[in-house]
Amino acid sequence: MNVRYFPGCTLKTKAKDLDAYARRSAEALGVTLDEPKDWQCCGGMFTSANDEVATKLSSVRLLKDAAASEQPLVTVCSACHNVVKQTNHAMQTDAAFADRVNRYLGDDAYHGEATVYHYLELLRDVVGYGAIKEKVVNPLKGKKIACYYGCLLLRPGSVMRMDDPENPSIMEDLVRALGAEPVIFANRNECCGGYMTMESPALAQKKSEAVIRNAKANGADLIITACPLCRYNLNKQSDDLPIVYFTELLAEALGVKEEPHE
Amino acid sequence: MNNAQLRDEVIRISGVNPSKCMGCGKCSATCPAYDEMEFHPHQFVSMIKNGDLAPLLKSDSLFRCLSCFACVERCPRGVEPAKLIEAVRLQVIREKGANHLKPESVPAMVDEDLPGQLLVTAFRKYAK
Repeated sequence: MNVRYFPGCTLKTKAKDLDAYARRSAEALGVTLDEPKDWQCCGGMFTSANDEVATKLSSVRLLKDAAASEQPLVTVCSACHNVVKQTNHAMQTDAAFADRVNRYLGDDAYHGEATVYHYLELLRDVVGYGAIKEKVVNPLKGKKIACYYGCLLLRPGSVMRMDDPENPSIMEDLVRALGAEPVIFANRNECCGGYMTMESPALAQKKSEAVIRNAKANGADLIITACPLCRYNLNKQSDDLPIVYFTELLAEALGVKEEPHE
Repeated sequence: MNNAQLRDEVIRISGVNPSKCMGCGKCSATCPAYDEMEFHPHQFVSMIKNGDLAPLLKSDSLFRCLSCFACVERCPRGVEPAKLIEAVRLQVIREKGANHLKPESVPAMVDEDLPGQLLVTAFRKYAK
C-alpha cells in the first residue's frame, strides 16, 4: 500500500536515523512512503489559540495534499504528529477557524477529511502487529526495553486518540511483537524538559534525569522514543543507557538495519 | 485593553472557561515546570477568572510552561490551564518588539547536536 509520508525538518538533519530506519522498515513491510513535494515545516508546536491562523497553514496544506491523494498521512516525529493532528482536529471541529483558513488558502475548502496516522498507528492498525511478528528475522530476545512516550505523542488524549494517554501500550505491544520485553515505568509519559533545555538547562536536566533513573530502576537495557528532542535531552543525561529511535529497533528486528547514511 | 477586556480576550481565544475550575490544584501538582514558576497553573486559572491579569503579563512564568499538556490531560474538570497560559503569553508577544527570544541570542545557547525541532518550537512559543 501507499501512504503520504511527512518526515518534517529534523528528520532531514539531526534525526536522519529516525527517517532512514522508518523508510527501510516500511519497505520491508510492504508499505510505500510517498513524500509530498515542497512540504513545509509544521512549526514544532501547535498554538492552541483559536485566532492563530498563519502558524497552522503549513499543516493544512499538507493535510489538503493528503486528502487530494486519497492516502492516509503518516508522520513519525512526535512533534510533527502532534501539530498536524491537532490542526486537523481544529479544521474538523472549529467552523469559524476552518472558515478563516479556507478563505486564506482559497480553492477547495478543507474540513479535516484527511486521515492522520503516527507511524506507530500505521504499524498497529494498518500493517498489524501480528503481520510484523511474522516478518521478524532477528527477534530481540532477552532485551528489556523502556518505551518513552514523553508528552507530545499522546496528549491531549481526546485529540490524539492513539492510545490511553495515562496507560499506553502501543509501543510496548510493538516491543513484544519484535521479541523483546517491555519495561513499564512511571515516568514514561512525563515531560523530558522539551525546548526549555535552551533557556533553563537545569530544568531539562532534572526532568530527563528522572526519566532515566526511573527506567534504570525498572531494569531497562535501552530506552526507545519517537521524538528527536526527547532523544537529545535524554542523551545529555545518560551515561550508559542507550537512547534510540523506535524505528531503529524495528529495522534491527526486521533485518534491514544497515548503515543508514551512505 | 483594560483588565476586564483582557480577560474576555484571553477566554475567547483560548476557548477555556476558568469558572469550571473547582480549585483542586491537580494542574499545578502535575506541572513539570512548577518549581520554576512564580505563578502556577492553578493561579493562572483563578487570576484570569478574577480579571487579575496585570501580574501575569509581567511574569516570566509565561515562558516556563512546556506545553506538555499534562495539566490539560489530568484536570478532572476539563479546564485546560495550558491554553489559558498560552493565551496570556500571546497578549505579550503579539506586541511589537516584545519577543522573548531573539535570533542573535541563540548561538550562545546551542550545541551541535541540538535538533532543529527545538529551535522552531522555541520561536513559535516565544516570538512573533
